[in-house]
Amino acid sequence: MKQKKWNGYLRVGMVITACMLLLTLVGLFYAPYDHTAMNKAEKMLPPSSSHLFGTDNFGRDIFSRVLKGAGTTLTIALSTVVIGAVCGTAVGAVTGYFGGLVDEGLMRLNDALTAFPSILLALLIISLTGPGKYNVIAALGIVFIPSFARVTRMSFASLRDVNYITSARLMGASNARILLVHMLPNTMRVLLPAVTIGFNNAVLAEASMSFLGIGVTPPDASLGYMLSESQGMFAAAPWYAVCTGLTIVLLIFGVGLIGEGLQARNREVA
Amino acid sequence: MKAVAKRLLTLLLTMILVSFLTFAAFDIVSGDPAETLLGTQATPERVAALREELGLNRPFLVRYFSWLGGFFTGDLGTSYNYRQPVWGLVAPKLKVTLLMCLLCFVLVSATSIPLAIWSYRWVGGAMDWLRTGFNQLCMAVPPFFTGILVSWLFGIVLHIFTPGGFPDLHAHPWGAFKHLFFAAVCIGIPRAAMTVRMMRSTVVEEMQKAYVRTAISRGNDRSGVLRTHVLKNSLVSAITFLGQTMAEMVGGSIVVEQVFGIPGLGRFLVASISNRDYPVVQTIVVILALWVVLAGTVADVLNQIIDPRLRTGGKA
Repeated sequence: MKQKKWNGYLRVGMVITACMLLLTLVGLFYAPYDHTAMNKAEKMLPPSSSHLFGTDNFGRDIFSRVLKGAGTTLTIALSTVVIGAVCGTAVGAVTGYFGGLVDEGLMRLNDALTAFPSILLALLIISLTGPGKYNVIAALGIVFIPSFARVTRMSFASLRDVNYITSARLMGASNARILLVHMLPNTMRVLLPAVTIGFNNAVLAEASMSFLGIGVTPPDASLGYMLSESQGMFAAAPWYAVCTGLTIVLLIFGVGLIGEGLQARNREVA
Repeated sequence: MKAVAKRLLTLLLTMILVSFLTFAAFDIVSGDPAETLLGTQATPERVAALREELGLNRPFLVRYFSWLGGFFTGDLGTSYNYRQPVWGLVAPKLKVTLLMCLLCFVLVSATSIPLAIWSYRWVGGAMDWLRTGFNQLCMAVPPFFTGILVSWLFGIVLHIFTPGGFPDLHAHPWGAFKHLFFAAVCIGIPRAAMTVRMMRSTVVEEMQKAYVRTAISRGNDRSGVLRTHVLKNSLVSAITFLGQTMAEMVGGSIVVEQVFGIPGLGRFLVASISNRDYPVVQTIVVILALWVVLAGTVADVLNQIIDPRLRTGGKA
């Protein structure tokens, strides 16, 4: 059967995600207003052509704030996933390929770590290190390692005794070469969907932490932090909460669809 | 029975490891509690006296075991911030959070399993597309965002409950229930969507197996096979998943309690973290971790009862 490279979920997801990424990228260099500039004359304005998403109680332009906030959220989520995926895959490769005592030990530690809900563990680390953008990245990155390790370990372990690996070993390939050149590309099948799920969890976790006031600290603004700000003025300026919330929803929705598409593609191959 | 005993032993070991890690982490970072309690103005003599009184001069392991023993005797130390026994502060909040999570669990189980079976009708086609899209959308909605919308609509507009004014659990059980119900719905929506997605793919996978083909070729109809054979075989993964859901709800409750102003464990935890009230934080963390591990264990034991193959320790 010929493998279909693209399916509908993948296409729609890619389009949504690309739009969001493009907007945030543009937001890094250009925003209609300064996201911290206050303007007493333009408080709590509803959305209009001059303020796309309206203004908040300080007269700050919400569209510019959402752009900046999405940038922070994306930076944190991407860094977290990179830390989690790279370290997790390394742990998964070592434990899955070599097995033995190291495998047992690390997997028990993995079990103990997954006993904490991810947000709780991140809160714990933050309570020890204090809030702030980089602490959040470090905390969430560490929290995400076990789940990646578990997913990739299974994949590496199942490849260990496959014929082409055995023949590579007989031809004298080093362990590093086998792991990186022969096995890693074959784990992409499980790794890529895991990355999309991890990314969404990271967005949610960061937003939750900032919402609770133990994530990013001002002047950094993230979407979660803005949402907690907006709750207090929901009756007077509902557009603040709605626009910020919908941005989070779209971000997660797009990447979620990509994950769905990747899994659908895996099913077609199988 | 042996498998159950083994599972319980793992539970015990995990909990000891978790409590030890928590205690050690806070012991290293929190500094000197006596100084924290007395403030910077205290004389060294008073600090020394308090250290003696709190038993901080004892070796690390002795302190750890006496703290661990506190979970059985109820003496978990004194909160720095409130100067009250930790257990007395935590117990009423634990009740609220437990109730909310149970409510959420019931909602998720009651809605997701029928929905998964119902959605099985469409494999492929436009309806399948719409369903998957809607499912993904539900999974993308963060509970604290729905929380803001729900507490505005049902609280401020429709006056079904008072956001921020959580009634006393014993004096006004109905009012408290309504409050917790809406919070549980907010936590439950993405969870239910995930459960539907998982359940459905299990059912689809199971329906392609040989025993289903045999049953159908012998003249059984599809929905009969689905009900009598496939659902039972999908139960194991559903229970495992719901066990994990129970654990994730604990995480979700932390944020949603903040949105709805519910005086539960999560909200207390966040406040205690901000106040650096480490005895309280330690206790709550261990309680929540116990909850998560317990949910996993119950799911495993249930699965071993349902599927005897799992009892031998073999892989399903």
